[in-house]
Amino acid sequence: MNVPGELQADLYKGFWVYMEQEEGRLLPVGLELLGKGRELADEMGEVLTAVILGQDIAALGEEALRYGADEVLLADHPLLTGFNTDAYTKVMADIIEARKPNVLLMGATFNGRDLAGRLAVRLSTGLTAHVTRLEVDKESSLLLSAVPGFGGSILAVIKTEFGRPQMSTVSPGIFKPLEPDDVRRGKVERVDVRLRQSDIRCRVLEREVVPAEDIGSAERIIVAGMGTGGDMKLVDDLAAALHASTGVTRPLVDIGVAPREKQVGSTGVSLRSKLVVVLGASGASHFVAGLRDADTVIALNKDKEAPIFDESDVCVVGDIFEILPRLLEELEGKVMVV
Amino acid sequence: MVPKPEEVTLDPETKTLDRANAENVLNPPDKNALETALRLKEAHGGTVTLISMGPPLFRKYLELCLGMGADRAILLSDRTFAGADTYPTSLTLAKGIQKLKTCDLVICGEESSDASTAQVPPGLAEWLDMSLVTFADEVAVHGNTVRARRTLGSSYEILEADMPAVVSVVVGSNEPRFPDFDRVEEAAGSDWVQVWAAADLGLKEEDIGLKGSYTIVHELVEGEPVERKREFLEGGMEEKVKALAKALEPFLEA
Repeated sequence: MNVPGELQADLYKGFWVYMEQEEGRLLPVGLELLGKGRELADEMGEVLTAVILGQDIAALGEEALRYGADEVLLADHPLLTGFNTDAYTKVMADIIEARKPNVLLMGATFNGRDLAGRLAVRLSTGLTAHVTRLEVDKESSLLLSAVPGFGGSILAVIKTEFGRPQMSTVSPGIFKPLEPDDVRRGKVERVDVRLRQSDIRCRVLEREVVPAEDIGSAERIIVAGMGTGGDMKLVDDLAAALHASTGVTRPLVDIGVAPREKQVGSTGVSLRSKLVVVLGASGASHFVAGLRDADTVIALNKDKEAPIFDESDVCVVGDIFEILPRLLEELEGKVMVV
Repeated sequence: MVPKPEEVTLDPETKTLDRANAENVLNPPDKNALETALRLKEAHGGTVTLISMGPPLFRKYLELCLGMGADRAILLSDRTFAGADTYPTSLTLAKGIQKLKTCDLVICGEESSDASTAQVPPGLAEWLDMSLVTFADEVAVHGNTVRARRTLGSSYEILEADMPAVVSVVVGSNEPRFPDFDRVEEAAGSDWVQVWAAADLGLKEEDIGLKGSYTIVHELVEGEPVERKREFLEGGMEEKVKALAKALEPFLEA
């Protein structure tokens, strides 16, 4: 392994955003990271580069430029059509070793986390996960990545001193993309891809892509906590009445009540909703981090001391199993027509 | 093993998480990983070895897992392992795995429920030069390959990886069996659990623990609080229901 002291940090230049594509479309999280990357790259005096792996992806390069990139690196190859852990890791590691970027941001998606975890070890560098805040340290110009800590609203601000690129993964929904600029131009460069079938030890036999519901962008959402006892019937009924999406806290995912993509919080999805109704969640710091950007939060909990009430606009103390059925009756007839 | 999140505090002096006083529980997806391993053993034979990095008190959790049916356990325990980020953690675990004579499959939980980085399984694949499948919810062995269903939210893919391989398993992917308490008792204090220190793994102090970590805590800051109205609805059930319906009304017209 590299001994940290050997690194010549000043050789590493450039602010990179890895843009994940799925079936020829850029995922929103990459565009969000370009938006934040634009601001940080300017502050650091770095060129902002979008990196895209796939096949026949020239149009995606143009799109990345419109969303703020100065330049784009395209790795276009038949073996990169869809995500493959061996192929993507090798190609990304090759490009990084050749061009030595200072920073690399990636979306904290399933594929992004798989790839980032391998790259950090292969390249001997630091990687922070599920970052909720990014800034530049005035003194050292290092990237500062804030990760929510335990017990209250404390953030651990993490930096990578000896190791390049400085890597972070960021969940979808944390940052906002720029408005696309249709006249923005920049260099799109195709990189040499050296990849053989024998580099691939894990083969994709079958792939079923179902567009995931993005609860982060739901206008209205009902979020269930352990206080619901995992009873999603009442939750779904209220969601139907309010034409809302549904989400859950982490413990409900852990007991198998809902899939991971429904998990709200710093290690799941951050909500940008107009209305969030929280049912029976106590208000753990990891969870409430996912409510920061919501306009109105209404919480129901039987414990009037529950920390969730500190994070809510409307606080209802009571038994959700009593209140909800009555509320549904009350809402009947008031339900909006779509 | 992970601490119960509500029982972890932050040490303002060292800027590290103080897990010492927190009650630990077995990391939920690790139970699914063990169940996966035990079912593969039932189908194909072989042995299931547990490997964990942590303080000596983790032994009792390993004994519980031995009660579930694992054959033996290795606890990687050394004061110099403390403060490790995922880089030296995956290195230390990889050295432990390499010290086992043979290993066809390394099965892990998808992520820890405390830090949730999911970085250790990909890191292990790198250190061990093995193939990798992350976020699997079905795992089967066919000849020299492992075939797995990898979950991607609502999407999925079927992968075939050459062995040896590292496979991470998602939480809730199976029903972990209960420990056999006679077997737990037999495991207690027995030589089924071996403890290996840094020296046993040939690891130098600068490569492990806090010193071997590339990420450094720069500072701890208070998150900017979000200003909320904190308006409590008053009265009995009926009044609350009415007031709540009224609070929801503006959103019905959206």
